[in-house]
Formats: sequence, structure tokens, C-alpha cells
Amino acid sequence: MTVLSDADADAAAAALTETSPVATSTTAGPELVQLLTPEGERVSHPDYDVDLSDEQYRGLYRDLVLVRRIDVEATALQRQGELGIWASLLGQEAAQVGSGRALRPQDFAFPTYREHGVAWCKGVDPLQLLGLFRGASNGGWDPQEKRFQLYTIVIGSQTLHATGYAMGITKDGAVGDAETGEAVIAYFGDGASSQGDVNEAFVWASVYNAPLVFFCQNNQWGISTPTAHQTRIPLYQRARGFGFPGVRVDGNDVLATYAVTRKALDDARTGQGPTLVEAFTYRMGAHTTSDDPTRYRLAADLEAWKLKDPLERMKAFLYKQQIVDNAYLQGLEHDADELAARLRQGCLQMPDPDPLTMFDDVYSETTPLLLEQRAALGSYLAGFQRGAS
Amino acid sequence: MAQVTLARALNEALRTSMDNDPKVLLMGEDIGKLGGVFRVTDGLQKDFGEDRVIDTPLAESGIVGTAIGLAIRGYRPVCEIQFDGFVYPAYDQIVSQLAKMHARSKGTIALPVTIRIPFGGGIGAVEHHSESPEAYFAHTAGLKVVACSNPADGHAMLQQAVASDDPVLFFEPKRRYWEKADVDLSRTSFDPLWSARVVRPGRDATLVAYGPMVRTCLDAASAAAEEGKELEVVDLRSLSPLDFPTVLASVRHTQRLIVVHEAPSFVGLGSEIAARVSEELYFEMEAPVLRVTGFDTPYPPSRVEEEYLPDLDRVLHAVDRSLAY
Repeated sequence: MTVLSDADADAAAAALTETSPVATSTTAGPELVQLLTPEGERVSHPDYDVDLSDEQYRGLYRDLVLVRRIDVEATALQRQGELGIWASLLGQEAAQVGSGRALRPQDFAFPTYREHGVAWCKGVDPLQLLGLFRGASNGGWDPQEKRFQLYTIVIGSQTLHATGYAMGITKDGAVGDAETGEAVIAYFGDGASSQGDVNEAFVWASVYNAPLVFFCQNNQWGISTPTAHQTRIPLYQRARGFGFPGVRVDGNDVLATYAVTRKALDDARTGQGPTLVEAFTYRMGAHTTSDDPTRYRLAADLEAWKLKDPLERMKAFLYKQQIVDNAYLQGLEHDADELAARLRQGCLQMPDPDPLTMFDDVYSETTPLLLEQRAALGSYLAGFQRGAS
Repeated sequence: MAQVTLARALNEALRTSMDNDPKVLLMGEDIGKLGGVFRVTDGLQKDFGEDRVIDTPLAESGIVGTAIGLAIRGYRPVCEIQFDGFVYPAYDQIVSQLAKMHARSKGTIALPVTIRIPFGGGIGAVEHHSESPEAYFAHTAGLKVVACSNPADGHAMLQQAVASDDPVLFFEPKRRYWEKADVDLSRTSFDPLWSARVVRPGRDATLVAYGPMVRTCLDAASAAAEEGKELEVVDLRSLSPLDFPTVLASVRHTQRLIVVHEAPSFVGLGSEIAARVSEELYFEMEAPVLRVTGFDTPYPPSRVEEEYLPDLDRVLHAVDRSLAY
């Protein structure tokens, strides 16, 4: 236990006053692309629209529900000591599912560490995400096979990888065709928008006309740092200075994020260069399970954003349009529970890796030093086993 | 055989690598029309085009970061960092991204990226143009680090580095760029890249060096020979992995070791070599391992760099100390 002296307590109180919770904007301004209001009303936009079948509408909603269920289960597993940490996507489901489902099979995604919804759309088993946050692996999926790169934790670094990959697509002559052309999507957040790497990626992508979509989920917070500390203009407007278009979309509207990302990707694959999409959303949970947002943000903010919930508005729309009925929703709830049960069981049964595997794959061609250390650790560990038997 | 400079030998190595593999790309600042500030890429953009010899925007993290993406796509980028002191903006991309990707992806992503860095002092340059940052990278798992010392090795080692499926930091001794030697430019088989080499045999003491200090040590050995002392000189060539069998064999034979590098001594390559030698040859040494290095100061203004850099006299002084034990 830490005992504070009076002087320490005074200093702490003063610091707290200086950094007392600030209100963030819950309104995104008139430039926001929206196709579904928070009340679930379909609205039109002059530049963007979707024309989906009932099956596709249901599919998007199903994704939203399942992804949220994965997140809830993972948070519970962390609280029960089964995961070291978890970065919740609560509130950002529509931004991720909308953009993730806009990707064609040939498109490659470069995520941060919170893109569980995009991982889901790319066919990554959520159990592998749990493995990462449990500390059993650094991912575990094959990025080339899934066309979904490993999570990147140093914020912004992956935007340059995405840009280089996109430059390679151009070199391969794989841009131009509206169906078969390839494109890349780089995910990052409002916090990473201040990173040098993100700004360098903007420069490179612009200069080389890379087939790339920069997808910024502006969830208003970088841990405790509000977006107002990262930028004085709306983030999407930064694109103009780099020489490519930027657009702000309602990140809690799965239809709008789908439509906007689809168009940006198709522009990229047909050789029209990069786009910055700013998905305006809100991080409803903590930064991670180690964070305490009550120290820096107002409960009133959270209440305002709850009214914009991405799942509720889609459900209201589908219900009113009679695209789903109670039986469908109950069935979906059942499927979500089954998925959660599978993940829970898989997590509890997940074996720790063999310690000697830490020496594997450090290089394509290993080194004498690693072989020596591997052998030394192996015989050291074997000594304990002999002692125990 | 042709008499060529190190800069020309490296240029020929890049040309051959690009001829042999269409996936090889060169990326860097001013490497196209200008041919690089040291002219190592001279004429390559003219012959291979702007698509393969890429004049990049001026940002080192961007160069290495996009090279990583190109490598994921299947390319084999060779990045030029203009000067040693300019590599640090790319440090995160090299140490956190490039170095770890193969292990993180369980071997499903190989990153065959070569990063060429002119390094070391002795050219009378301004700040940030004379540094020896190799230990930062040798300390990082997942990277391989090599340093050539002469035109023939430059020609061979750069081709091998480009062909390696692992990321390689390739250090070029900038003050030796214009030294000439006979090089067989048509040669296609080389000593293993990760091997050290005894470049002068001797029995009284071993000098271990790499990059620009190999020439210094060879000169010191010639001077010592006039006084009847026979010094063995080992050119490490590869700093990580480090060829300890070759170093240990030499030291077992001479029983005395002096490690020479321009980089500061504290936690440098010499520290690691001294520790390993003391572990392996504890009962066989006639003298403790000595180091002749740059000092643990920022690289000084160039008018005093002669006092900072190890030279023939400082090497011979250390030899005398070793032999006096």
C-alpha cells in the first residue's frame, strides 16, 4: 500500500484538477456520411448508397451481434484471469464489420490490435485472438492465407507496411480491373494519427498513387487522450493536404461504413489512388482491461453515445422492414451463446507453448548462438524433469 | 580480375543481384539520377528504370516501413540509408517490425530486406555523418549484421546479403569507398556470409576487427612485423551471427587478443567478444582481452576525430600492453 504525505496528496489533487475529465464532441458535423439514423431510419446520401439483399442485411447484423459476443466473452475471460489483457471493441462493431465486409477476397488488411471485427470478417478464428491476449502466441494465423496481417501494437507502424504492400500491387500490375484488381486497407486510430509513420504513409501512398484505403477509427480516445489533443481539424480533412480525398462516415452505421469503404476500395483497385476514411465512433469500453476511463471522461458522454449504438439501430431497421423476426433474433442469440461457449472452452483448454519454441523462426536460417541457447535451456529444463521422476 | 573501388564493387554487386532476380528493388534517398551521395547506385536507375531503383521521399522510417510491405508482397528490397546517423528515424521499423516479423508470424512471413548503411568516421564530416551504430542492431534478435572491409568482400557479401531470406544490416566503411583492389567481378561462389576470415596469419597476438578497422589492423601488423612481432588479423565480416569458432581458433593459437572498432567501447562488439573468449579460453590466455575503440563520447568535431578514432599507433600500443603481461 502506498501512503501519501499531505504534500503528495495536495500535488495529486492539483494534478487531478488540471486533467479533470473533458467533454468530447458527440456530434460529427454536417459532413458525416450516414445511411441509417440512430433510430434505425434509412436515409439517403447523394454520393453513397447500398443495395443489399435481405440475406446480406441479416448477415451484417449477425456479424455485429457475434463480434460483440466475442468481445463480451473475452472481457469476462480476462476478468477471470484467463487472458492477460483484452482490448475491447465495444461501440466500434459497425466501423469494423462495415469496412471488413466491404473487402473483396483479394484485398489485404493491416490491423492494429483492436480489429477483432475485421479479423472475424477475414475468417480468423477468434480463439487465435484469445491466444494472443492470453500470452500463448503472437497471433497464430497465417497472414498470407487470411490476407490479414498480424496485429500491430506499436501504433501506426502498420500503415507503412500497408503502403509498401500496396506499392507492390501496383508493381505487379494488379490494379485497374474493377473486379479482380487488388486493394489494401490500413487500420489505425485517432491516437496514431499523430505518429510520424502515419504521416509518412500518407506521403508515400499519395506520391506513388498506392491502391490503399486508410481507415481511421476515430473512437475519440487514445487511452486518456481526447482527439482534441491530436488535431485541430477533423481528421478526414488532413487527406487534402497530402493530395487525396478524405471522407467522414458515421462509424456506428454499418451500412454507411460499408458503402464508403466499398467505394474507396474500388477507387483504389481501379488505379485512382488512396482515400482516407474517418469512421466517427466512440470507444464505449476502457482502452484495455487495464484502463480506468472514469478517471478522465464524463459518464454523460457515454450516455449520449449509447443512444447511437450500432447494433440497436440496425436491429430497429431490420425489424421495421420485417427483414428479421423474433424467431431469427432468438436463433441468433443462441448462435452467439454457442460461439461464446466454444471460445470459453477453447481458451480454458489452450495449452501453453513449449518453451523451446521461442527459439523457432527467429530467422529463416537459424544461428549457432540460438542452437546453443536452445540446447542449454532444453537440458536445464530436462534436469527438473529428471529430479521430479 | 579488375582493379575496382569498394563503391564500384558494391555497384556491380547490386547490378548482378538485380539481373539475377527481378524482385530485387533498390530504395533510398537520391539513389536514382544522382547515383547516391557516394555513387554506389550510379547508373542503376538508367539501366533498370524508376520502378526498380526508387528515389523515395526523404524519411527513413518510410523507407524501411514500405520496404517491409513490399517484402510481404514478395519483393526483395535493398534500402540505402544515406548516412549512419540518419538510420535512427527508422529504428522502430527495423527493431520492432523488421526484426520480429518472422518469429511473430511463425515463419509464414520472411522479410528479405537489406539495409545498406555507410558507417564510420575519418572523412572530416559534420555531425551525424561518422557514427558506428552496429551494436544497436547486433543486440536485436531477428536481424543479421555484416560489415565489409574491402572491394572483393563488398562485391561478394552484398550479393549474399540480398539473397538472404533474413533481414540484413549491411555496413559499408565509407572512408574505404575509394580504396581499390583486384576483384573478380564474374565470380559466383563465395565464402559463407556468416564467416570470419583470418586475413593475415601471425603467432604473437590476435587483432580482431571489421569494416574500416581491418585496414588499420593490417597496417599495424605490417609495422609490428618490422619489429619482429607477428600479429594475426581476423576480419569478422559478420557481426551477428558472429563466427566465434574462427575467433577462438586464432586466440587459442596466439593466447592474446585485442579487439579494435571505431564504435565506443561500452557494451560494444568488443565486450561480447571479450566475455566469450574469457568463458571459452579462461585457462589458455596469456593476457586479458584488450579493446581499442572510439571513446564513450558523442562523435567529436572532425578536427579532433584523429584522436577519437583508433589508429595504427593506438593499436600497437595495445599490442605492447598485451605482450607485456
